[in-house]
Amino acid sequence: MGILTWTWILVGITFAIYIGIAIWARAESSKEFYVAGGGVPPIINGMATAADWMSAASFISLAGIVSFTGYDGSVYLLGWTGGYVLLALLLAPYLRKFGKFTVPDFIGDRYYSNVARFVAVIAALMVSFTYVAGQMRGVGIVFSRYLEVDIDTGVYIGMTIVLFYAVLGGMKGITYTQVAQYCVLIFAFMVPAIFISIQMTGNSIPQLGFGGTGEDGIYLLDKLDGLQQELGFHEYTSGSKSIMDVFAITLALMVGTAGLPHVIVRFFTVPKVKDARISAGWALLFITILYTTIPAVAVFSRINLIETVSEKKYDELPDWFGNWETTGLIKFEDKNKDGIVQYVADESVNELTIDRDIMVLANPEIAKLPNWVIALVGAGGLAAALSTAAGLLLVIASSISHDFIKKMINPKISEKNELVAARLSAVVAVMVAGWFGINPPGFVAAVVALAFGLAAASFFPAIVLGIFYKRMNKEGAIAGMVVGLLFMSYYILKFKFGIFDGGREAVTGLKEDWWFGISPEGFGSIAMVINFVVSIVVSKFTPDPPHEVQEIVENIRIPSGAGEASDH
Amino acid sequence: MSHKEKMKEYWKENLRYLAILLTIWFVVSYVFGILLVDQLNTIKLGGFKLGFWFAQQGAMYVFVILIFVYVRLMNRLDKKYNVDE
Repeated sequence: MGILTWTWILVGITFAIYIGIAIWARAESSKEFYVAGGGVPPIINGMATAADWMSAASFISLAGIVSFTGYDGSVYLLGWTGGYVLLALLLAPYLRKFGKFTVPDFIGDRYYSNVARFVAVIAALMVSFTYVAGQMRGVGIVFSRYLEVDIDTGVYIGMTIVLFYAVLGGMKGITYTQVAQYCVLIFAFMVPAIFISIQMTGNSIPQLGFGGTGEDGIYLLDKLDGLQQELGFHEYTSGSKSIMDVFAITLALMVGTAGLPHVIVRFFTVPKVKDARISAGWALLFITILYTTIPAVAVFSRINLIETVSEKKYDELPDWFGNWETTGLIKFEDKNKDGIVQYVADESVNELTIDRDIMVLANPEIAKLPNWVIALVGAGGLAAALSTAAGLLLVIASSISHDFIKKMINPKISEKNELVAARLSAVVAVMVAGWFGINPPGFVAAVVALAFGLAAASFFPAIVLGIFYKRMNKEGAIAGMVVGLLFMSYYILKFKFGIFDGGREAVTGLKEDWWFGISPEGFGSIAMVINFVVSIVVSKFTPDPPHEVQEIVENIRIPSGAGEASDH
Repeated sequence: MSHKEKMKEYWKENLRYLAILLTIWFVVSYVFGILLVDQLNTIKLGGFKLGFWFAQQGAMYVFVILIFVYVRLMNRLDKKYNVDE
């Protein structure tokens, strides 16, 4: 059977499973809609969190990024896993004890202020919309390649599926679909990785394989360092970014991860405080299985790519090259008209342009794996994109129906009407996300990286201070979040989009002006520090929080008596 | 000891665990994987340069272990202060 038939079969089966689960796990109450009824077992929650977390960027783009940047790619590996340690130790257990439905719930109640709640709602919406745009695009890319429909049609199909199970099942439906999606995506990622590892190194564990030797008895990493330098690229195992920038980006991604509302909210779904702690452990374990495989895949695919195309005759290249040329993800321009592919670092001589996403999407073809494995990667990519999109859409929907409508506009809204409002908000959110998917704002991973900066600049300090600093008051927290968000937005707009200097073309020239040599991706760490400083300074000059609030803080520090997540 | 003082003690011990675990978290990622990466890269672990290995493998394994250790420590602490559920 051909790749296309296999893909339709696998995608068909997985989608049928997702829809089946959605029908089985319908949400009947607002509590089921927001936090899956609060009774999710920790290991299930860990798996759902892993799928929620690992997005189209993790699955499709990350191995490619590491593959093209080598050591510099570590920022994503460290940043997107290390954040879970912060989450487990500093946030999850306390937020679970607090026992509400959303992140703005915590901010609004802890800082006894609807202004704080409103700022949190805005931040949650900014973060989630930035993030979801990349997911919908990912769905479109996978569909266009594997099912030979155009990207827009792919986005529409993805929207319909997400609409179905997010709107019907809410958090309950999403949780159980995410468990299925984790299984699909991890299987889809590991199978080709293990195949290729055996092929190239004889070791069936990719994590060990890429530290081993190839058939020629040379260590793969030494060989790759050599190949890279021959072609004029920087050595694979050392970086080209400054240490300062690597440090800043890693930190921004870690605290950003810990501050992402769609991740935090998953810890509201478990029954007890100790379940919240351990489910963070399970989540990170499930994530690490994929994340430690990524650098191995990156090395394998980089070596394979260079050896297959570099200095080879264009007419004699394997079929996959032509297949991917038609999608535009790989381009060959014979500059010196010799019919041979020159792939080198020097832009004036280089004839090959490769989109990073191709390293995962085309990797099984490059390694000549069977058709069903290639099709499996398509189903995995869709699972990764859909699971994250659904989690984000739920945050958007609950921010609007719960935090905004119920807590701020109409507190007397009936349970039934709140559920209707939540479902309608989810529908609108899917539409907006779909629009972003059809009119994408750029690179999948680059857009996602910005969401982290915003989360790092706003939520992380406000929540940590809310738990660990009893005297933090509303004035401090609001000022900190607003200033943090403003700095972050300004920095992104200036250095990522160049809007103060004449558009995106100006961005490269502005690198000289980066503050402390820190890129926009890493600026979240500075914005976070600014938030912390502003919050603490302002709180020193303004009145202490009321006595009841200080008692809440003392109460969330003690696990016993968590009870169920509730409205009041 | 009154209940309030006991809870203060509990919180203090919790903070001490956090300080220790987060120090390890910082060392394996930021120190071994970033700040001292060049120095550690002179040591080889099979085909891996050690600094590179920490940045792309080792730190992540340690992160997972840290959370499970934290869970164990806290479960014990909860029992000791009788605040478990």
